[in-house]
Amino acid sequence: MTLAGLSLAYLRDRALNTALNILLLTLSVATLVILVLFSSQLSERFERDARGIDLVVGAKGSPLQLILSSIYQVDVPTGNIPLATVEMLRSDPTVAEVIPLALGDSFRGYRIVGTEAAYIDHFGGTIAQGQVFTGNYQAVLGAQVARQTGAGLGQKFIGSHGLSGDGHAHEETPYEVVGILAPTGTVLDRLIITPVGSIWAAHGFTPPAAEGAAEDHDHAGHDHDTHAHDDHDHDGDGQQDHAAEDHDHGAEGEHAAHGSGELEVTALLIKYRSSMAAVRLPSFINKQTQLQAAAPAVEMTRLLSLLGVGIDAIRAFAVLLMATSGLSIFVALYSALRQREGDMAMLRVMGARPPAIFGHIVLEGVLLAAAGALLGVAVGHGVVAVSAATFPQLQDMGLTAARFEPAELLIVLAAISMGALAALIPALKVFRVDIAKTLADTR
Amino acid sequence: MTTTAEPLIEVRDLRHDIAGRCVMAAPAFTALRGEHTLLLGPSGSGKTTLINVITGLITPSSGEVKIDGTVMSALPAAQRDQLRRRTIGVVFQTLRLIGALSVRQNLALAQTLALGRNDSALIDRLIAQVGLTHRADARPRELSQGEGQRAAIARALCAQPALVVADEPTSALDDANAVAMADLLLETAEATGATLLIATHDNRLRERFSRTFTLAAPGVSA
Repeated sequence: MTLAGLSLAYLRDRALNTALNILLLTLSVATLVILVLFSSQLSERFERDARGIDLVVGAKGSPLQLILSSIYQVDVPTGNIPLATVEMLRSDPTVAEVIPLALGDSFRGYRIVGTEAAYIDHFGGTIAQGQVFTGNYQAVLGAQVARQTGAGLGQKFIGSHGLSGDGHAHEETPYEVVGILAPTGTVLDRLIITPVGSIWAAHGFTPPAAEGAAEDHDHAGHDHDTHAHDDHDHDGDGQQDHAAEDHDHGAEGEHAAHGSGELEVTALLIKYRSSMAAVRLPSFINKQTQLQAAAPAVEMTRLLSLLGVGIDAIRAFAVLLMATSGLSIFVALYSALRQREGDMAMLRVMGARPPAIFGHIVLEGVLLAAAGALLGVAVGHGVVAVSAATFPQLQDMGLTAARFEPAELLIVLAAISMGALAALIPALKVFRVDIAKTLADTR
Repeated sequence: MTTTAEPLIEVRDLRHDIAGRCVMAAPAFTALRGEHTLLLGPSGSGKTTLINVITGLITPSSGEVKIDGTVMSALPAAQRDQLRRRTIGVVFQTLRLIGALSVRQNLALAQTLALGRNDSALIDRLIAQVGLTHRADARPRELSQGEGQRAAIARALCAQPALVVADEPTSALDDANAVAMADLLLETAEATGATLLIATHDNRLRERFSRTFTLAAPGVSA
């Protein structure tokens, strides 16, 4: 039996008090750990999904909604925009890449995204099985979609209108799975990717073959492109207006040709070629067109600062809880040591040196705090695991309990230092104690 | 380090004052190894103070105490603790067993503190000697007064100290138990080679000890 063993024995001796103190600290540490896991994974996920996308162009509405719906695939889209916008922006020399997205359908809650193969490349997606789509009604499944639905190559499925999965089914136009993607850890994992043409076709626009549609489109845009380019050479700003007008003509033409509505997409993901674009493009689009441009970086900063207020409040609460548990450990040790003054004097009589007894008391605080801190980390991860398993939205966000953040180590160290600090004041008394007097006073 | 001829306890001109008032004045006194001694004196004569001085817990106002050839009263605190740890076991009237530990753990802790190691065979032997083998894993609060006394004696001996000091070990006991207690102290001290110094105002113990040393109330002697 050593003094360290004695520390444990004392903690065991007042088991209820010890358990309550550990519980209090566990709760505060768990709260902090949950916050750390949640906010770090959330912001990392936000960053990863938006990486490389400088601007999103869509219908007028809330810019945040536009970003959420088109980059993170979590909100409903703001509306549709004319297909010709794609060509208009592709013709802009400051724009490096434009990826169109057509949203609105889903399969078992997974969004069907009509786009181009470039969208898959953007997220670094690689084909695990099969191949990339070559025609309409061919679909490539994200890794998570394939895993959760159990769908394999060649399987046919019917998309339903709307993003919740309870809209009417496009039964006449089933999709066929032609490829399955390897996991990317991005939003791509939970999407079903298909050519834009599939979406148009599913919604009653004359279903052209994917290639055909693209050609058509290219063709339509070709004049436009050349035209706009010329224009641009002549004068910078006027070109855009002109292009837009041109586009209207083109769209009407198509409209007429297909005998149905104008071809539209939901949003465009844009990468800039030069920093000039960042200065000019968003304000031009927002002021001069019926479109809306939103920068993911700006909107996500805004969102995180809005969320941040809530996170800060919870964090302040958790820190307060931790301070409370520190105080509680202090009170517990202080009163326990008052009752044990006689024991301490006896330890001195038996030859224990004051520094050894001091260490033994601090160890008691540290053991309490370490138990609470480690349990807190375990509980925090447990809660995150259960939440991720229970709420699909959290799983969609990529929330996982199987990752440890460096900040957690800081929390544990802070909790343990707090335990040591709480023990310090009672422990320092050992250096001042008058053994003979204590022996006379305590019976 | 020391020769056997050196007295185990040597007290000279010892006097202790608290707030200018003399609370203990001891005549010269020596005890060789094996010379079990009864320290007698009425209440207030300073027996506990003398024991605290001998065990190095307080520094006397004047005079000196030599333990095993070393002047305890002149040592700095750390060395005094060390001397006490190596040489002296203490039994208090109020036992002062650690409540959070079992009897066996109390002995083991005392042994670790004194020797820096555990000799569990010695612990078992001592527990058997004081007749507590069946209570070895009991907590002090589960013990009777007599059992607690025996545990405290075993603890004082478990580092095999040269000197065992007991402060009023029998005053809470009835006649039969007081005598049995004294006998147990003598027996176990003999068995471990320790010398006893027992402070008491209990005359029932006189017949068991040949050597006595009487402390007068300081007011009377001065």
